Formats: sequence, C-alpha cells, structure tokens
Amino acid sequence: MTDPDIRAIYLEELVKIAPDLDAEDIANEDHLQDDLELDSMDILNFVSALHARLGIDIPEVDYPRIATLWQAQPYLLARLRDESGG
Amino acid sequence: MEQTESTIVTSVRVAATDPWSQARDLIDAPDGFINIAYEAVDRHVQHGHGSDPAMLWLGKAGERREFDYADLAEQSSRFANVLAAHGLSKGDSGFVLMGRVPELYIAALGTLKAGLVFTPLFSAFGPEPIRTRMEIGSANVLVTTPQLFKRKIAGWVHELPSLKLVLIVGETAPDGCTALGPAMAAASPEFEAVKTGPEDPALIHFTSGTTGKPKGAVHVHEAVRYHAYSGRDALDLRPGTVYWCTADPGWVTGTSYGIIAPLVNRTRMIVDEAEFDLDRWYGTVQREKVQVWYSAPTAIRMLMRSGAEAAARYDFSSIRFLASVGEPLNPEAVLWSEKVFGQPFHDNWWQTETGGIMIANRPGMKVRPGSMGKPMPGIEAGIVERDGEGVRELKTGEIGELALRPGWPSMMRAYLHEEARYRKCFVDGWYLSGDLAMRDPGGYFWFVGRADDLIKTSGHLIGPFEVESALIEHPAVAEAGVIGVPDETAGEVVKAYVTLVPSFAPEEDLERDIRGHARKKLGPAVAPREVVFRTTLPKTRSGKIMRRLLKARELGLPEGDISTLEGDET
Repeated sequence: MTDPDIRAIYLEELVKIAPDLDAEDIANEDHLQDDLELDSMDILNFVSALHARLGIDIPEVDYPRIATLWQAQPYLLARLRDESGG
Repeated sequence: MEQTESTIVTSVRVAATDPWSQARDLIDAPDGFINIAYEAVDRHVQHGHGSDPAMLWLGKAGERREFDYADLAEQSSRFANVLAAHGLSKGDSGFVLMGRVPELYIAALGTLKAGLVFTPLFSAFGPEPIRTRMEIGSANVLVTTPQLFKRKIAGWVHELPSLKLVLIVGETAPDGCTALGPAMAAASPEFEAVKTGPEDPALIHFTSGTTGKPKGAVHVHEAVRYHAYSGRDALDLRPGTVYWCTADPGWVTGTSYGIIAPLVNRTRMIVDEAEFDLDRWYGTVQREKVQVWYSAPTAIRMLMRSGAEAAARYDFSSIRFLASVGEPLNPEAVLWSEKVFGQPFHDNWWQTETGGIMIANRPGMKVRPGSMGKPMPGIEAGIVERDGEGVRELKTGEIGELALRPGWPSMMRAYLHEEARYRKCFVDGWYLSGDLAMRDPGGYFWFVGRADDLIKTSGHLIGPFEVESALIEHPAVAEAGVIGVPDETAGEVVKAYVTLVPSFAPEEDLERDIRGHARKKLGPAVAPREVVFRTTLPKTRSGKIMRRLLKARELGLPEGDISTLEGDET
C-alpha cells in the first residue's frame, strides 16, 4: 500500500463517520477534533472503521497520531508494515 | 461514618425553618445579599486569599496560564464593567458560546457579578440548538470566538431582536460586534458585585424535553450555598485542593462543579481546553498532582479500554478522591479504577433541574459498584409510582420513579416561560425526576432507566424531538423517530428511523447525506450516529410515532401495551 492509497482510505472512512464533511475540502493539517469538529465517539468509530478496513490495531495512546492526514499517512503505513511482519 | 450521617440528617430535619442553615457558614452573604461571583472569588480576596491559586488553564497547544483569586476578581470586574458600559444590567440575559478558554470562566463570573443571568452553551452544538436556546432565553449579550461566530452565528444573528451586544474574544471583531480584548483593557478593574437577593435568577441551563422545545431551568443566586456544601461534602473540596472537573461548562456539571463549587471552596481548579486524550489526561493528573478528579463514565470507559498497562507508566499517588456523573458507572469501571488509581470512582446522581449532587457515594462511604449511592444529608429521596392524580411511595427493592422532596437551595425555580411544564414535575410534594430507580435494603439507590423517551449519550440528555425536527427538514425525509440504543462506551447512542418522501430511494448515499445534514444542524453530540430507512413507522391512533416500540424492538424486549398502535412499522 502507498501513501495515496492510505490517504484515500482515511478520507473515505472519515466522511462515512462525519458526512457533514466534504473530502475535497479537508486539508492535510486539519485536525480531526479542533478543525473538523469530530467528538470522541466519532474518533472511536473512526478507529474501528480503520481497523476493519486495514486490519490494524490503533492503541488509544496513538490516537493523537492520526489526528491529521499529515500525521496519519506515515503512521498508518508503518503500522501496516509492522502487522505484515516486514 | 453511618453514625455521623444519621446525626446530620436528624439535625437538618430538626431545624425545619431553615434546613440549610448549616450551609450558611460556607458563604458570606453580606447583608443578606447573595451574588455567586462575590462568593466564588471576591470574598476570598477580601479575606486575604487573593494570591491563592484559583485556576490553572492548559491550552490545546501546551500553553499554561495561572490565575490566582485576585486575577479572577479583577478580570471578572473588568468584564462586568464592559457589560455595564453597554447598558446591560441586573436581570438581563448573558450567553456564552466557546470552548474551555480562560475568557469563558471570566465571562461567567463577570456576568454573574454584573447581576445578569448566565447561560453557557456547548460549543459543539450546531447552529440550530444554539439559536433555539438564545431565542427562548431572549439573549441580550453573547460572548463567543471569531471562528464560532462565523460558523454558527453570523448567518442569523440579525434575526434575534433581543440581542444588544456580541463580544468576540480577541483583539478584533467583525462588523456589528465588539472585540473583547480592547474592551477589557479599557475597563476599570474595580466593580462591586451587584447586590442580588437569594431568589434572584442567576443561571439558566437548558435541558431537553421529550416533546417540544428545550426547557430552560432557572437557578437562583442562593444555589451557591448548595454548591459550596455539596462541593465540600460530596467531592471533598477544601481550600487548596487540586481539583479537575473534566466536564464542559456547556453542560450543568461543568458550571456547578467546573466553575462555582471549586471556586467557592477556594480550590485550585484545573481547566483543560483539549478534548479527551489518554496520555494528556494521565500526564495532567501526574504532573499537576490532581487530588480530586470528577469525570464521566464515557471518559472512564475510554481510559479502561486502553488497559492497565497504559496507566502503569504514571504516578497517581496524588489522587485522594474520584467521582463520576452523567449516567450509571458500570461496576467493572469502579473495580478497574480501584486497581489502577488505588481509589474507586464514586458515582453520583443529579440533574440539570436539581442544580447540584443529590445522591452520592460520598467520601468515606463504602462504594457499592453500580450504585449511585445514598441521598446527601438534608436531601430526602424516594421511589414512587404515579397513582391517578397523585403518587404513592414504593417499598425497598421495587422499581419506580426517583423522586425528591424539593427545598434545597440549588433546586430550579422555573422552566423559563413554561409554567405548565414546570408544575407537571411536582406531584404530592415530590419532584419527579423522570429517572427509574430502586433502593436496596442498605439505602443505596440504583439507576434502572429513563421513564420517558429521553436519550442519555456520553452523559448528555438528548431530546428525540429536537433531533427529529432537524431530520424532517431534510428534503428526502418524510417522518422520523429517534431513540437511544445501548453502546458500551457512550451508554446510549442516538439512532434514527426515517421514512422517505416518495421520489427518494433508500440508498447508502442518502443515509450519509441525511446524517451529514443532521450533524451540520445539530452538531456531533446530538446528531444520530445511525439512520435506518422504513416504509412506515409504528404510530398511535392520534398519529404519534411510538418511540417506545421502536426501542423495544431494537432491544428485543417485550412490546408492552400496544393497544393504541394504529399503523405498524414496515
């Protein structure tokens, strides 16, 4: 999986949880809670959606690392590599 | 402990003329006047405690600002002078809409000091709940941030005739608004708190109704006596206690126990601007040596999900007392907290209407995991059943409606402009809470559910009517029925059943579009997390959607009395 794939999945799952958002308007540095106004239940649902889609566990302590697209791309890619053992 | 408790109860009942005289010594009430802001900050300065730490504010980006009692007194005086300079005075209506920034706390105190009635709104509300509440409350002044103003207010603010002043946090403001920064700087730091009487309105908190618009519960300045007393006896707040209430002042807990009770008791309160974040929360407790922590089941369950390992890296030895409110705290969470923090979370129960903690697992009391505890000394609670025009009390172990004998200082005095709805809450000298509960042989109370259709999600009470009203504004939606469905983290989450206007088809894109519409109107805390399509909804003969039936079916429970059912769900 590549950066653009991760980006697309992140945005797809995000607008499913928060359909008031438009994927095209979301900037790399937009913060899930501060800028996009997700609440903590949204974050939990988003994490479950990413888990279902990518098969990776995101521990609670790492939630801040998916708070923006910018941070999430390298983080999710690294997690995927860890999970696949390589 | 039991001995002490029964002694207090007896003495309270004996002093029948003023059962709250014991709480009188906790405040000054000079010449019989009571002003919450005076009792919360000014009097501490007068008594020589001006340099005691009052508030530590932690910003999202890691900022730290400390305020002592003299700072809060001065800043709130400046704010009160700004209001007075704009012709606002005693009895006028002041609203705030902002996140947990220092200006929110200063505006709250300054509004009260100037004798205005203070209403905080939750900043994550969408424009619709904000507008409805400001209309019902005839807002005269609004304090908000530039971002919130632009996103949620600017579009309709000119249609609110009562509004005289919009104060914008910061150095500049859009046309027609006033920038708070320069106004505060130009204002005098001296302001003598307006002499409000014990029964003068001080606070209005909005709460949801099953039908109709939200209700504004009116609280008076005398409520501060109960905030002082319950803060001390239910939460163990003492002068200098490092105290963290995680609730937002947009909800009643965040005002009663996130502003008033801690300041009246001269604690050092912590305010965190950020939302829940595991490491940030644990780190704050450790670094600031939090002694008393008041939070909510949803947050506690999120801590629990992360496991004991995530907690093990932190030092929690400063913690002396943990409390929880908002919805019943499950026994597992109580036991878990005892293991991780060396202290169980002490659940307590109260409502917007009661203004303060009514039933609690108090400091020193043995916690029964899953129970809300016992009535506070001075509070008489019962389990009742409606019986024709009146109510009858039920026995130990029977499930009925939780009721209280009114008379404590922080009890609501009215629902704003809704005399009939207010009167309906009282039967045979009891205040009926709308919550179902039972009392065990040890005198502990246990929450069972809501007696009505209100939804309890993440500790907030949501009225289905307000959600349904927003849903049917969507062009595709013909009818909507909204219920709460169980959720292991939030207690309940909001779910909507909708029927569609004939030209629309039930498709995934439409489901999302409807949810998006609801989130824009209502905000994420209130909007449904799930929308399902039906061809018809179950209705009574008079055409009312039977939410109760939708819920029973969702939960696989018996459908109960369906004699009034006319058209069923398909």
